[in-house]
Amino acid sequence: MVELRDPHIVKVGIADMNIVKSPSLIRTSGLGSCVGVIVYDEKKELAGLAHVMLPDSSLAKSGSINTAKFADTAIKELVNRLVIKGARASVLKAKMAGGAQMFQFFSGGDMMRIGPRNVEAVRKGLANLNIPIIAEDVGGNSGRTIEFNPKTCLLNIRTVNKGTRNI
Amino acid sequence: MSFIEKINSLHLDVLKEIGNIGAAHAATALSGILNQKIEMSVPNVRIVSFDQMMELAGGPENVVASVFLRLEGDVTGSMFFILSLPAATYFIQQMIGNDSFIFESESPHSEMSLSCLQELGNILSGSYLSSLSDFTNLYLYPSVPSLTIDMVGATISFGLLELSQVSDYAIVIDTVLEKEGDGSGAMNGHFFLLPDPDSFEVIFNSLGVATDG
Repeated sequence: MVELRDPHIVKVGIADMNIVKSPSLIRTSGLGSCVGVIVYDEKKELAGLAHVMLPDSSLAKSGSINTAKFADTAIKELVNRLVIKGARASVLKAKMAGGAQMFQFFSGGDMMRIGPRNVEAVRKGLANLNIPIIAEDVGGNSGRTIEFNPKTCLLNIRTVNKGTRNI
Repeated sequence: MSFIEKINSLHLDVLKEIGNIGAAHAATALSGILNQKIEMSVPNVRIVSFDQMMELAGGPENVVASVFLRLEGDVTGSMFFILSLPAATYFIQQMIGNDSFIFESESPHSEMSLSCLQELGNILSGSYLSSLSDFTNLYLYPSVPSLTIDMVGATISFGLLELSQVSDYAIVIDTVLEKEGDGSGAMNGHFFLLPDPDSFEVIFNSLGVATDG
């Protein structure tokens, strides 16, 4: 499909990640129980975004894994890639959004609580690397589209019912 | 080895037939509810990446009404019945007999319209799955369907969780029900059936199709 895209916005798909430098923006659409985590170096205006689907790579039932899919591996990979691009590991900060509960069920297995589990896993992964979370918008039951500007370090969050806001 | 690598064209045909039978029953049920003719498309069985899956339903940011249920029993998986907002308006109008009703302009949505959509999803997925169960002779227990009106990415990703532990691709059985004579593609409802990876072998075995060839 041919799609016209704003050259300054890098789109990240589901279970994917990417890195941008200002003036480009980075965006991911339709976060539900998934979590969008942004790790950035404020001074260098570099930011990376991962669209995480599952909390832990131990859930993987096949050999080779897509590192962007799992919270634990995605955060490590994101930091590695940022450092390769010239970010300083010691000053990295993070923002995150997502982890909603989109459907209400009477009986809930582990998979029903995947949103909160993803959020917890991202928190843990960031804490392990001593990366502080500056702002977050997690939980609830709305889908979110998020866009991060590495220049202003603001995360724009759009939902269907609750409008847009910056954190 | 990924389960997807074992799928051959005969398997895809079998899955297509499942979509065909399920959607035909659902179309009959919908036609009965709305008291008018409903067309169904030839089912599409596709192996898609998660991003492509979102595109099938109009892209991750497209806002839709979706009824989701989990399948339990011999076969496990996820099922979605997805309506565009204009289609939701149309179906609710037909169900409550009020042509001036506009679903998109409601905020928040009324109990009445949510209940209509929930029931629509319930009946249609029920007829889809009971025909599938009869055809394969497998026990299927659908969960109580749950309705949400939100972005495609946010809703469909939930049905991909089981698959995502095994693969980066999904096999989706996609069927479309449409109001007769509507060429615009706006007045339609999509069924997505996403069997969990372990369920394919069960489905194929129940129909006497070898899985190891």
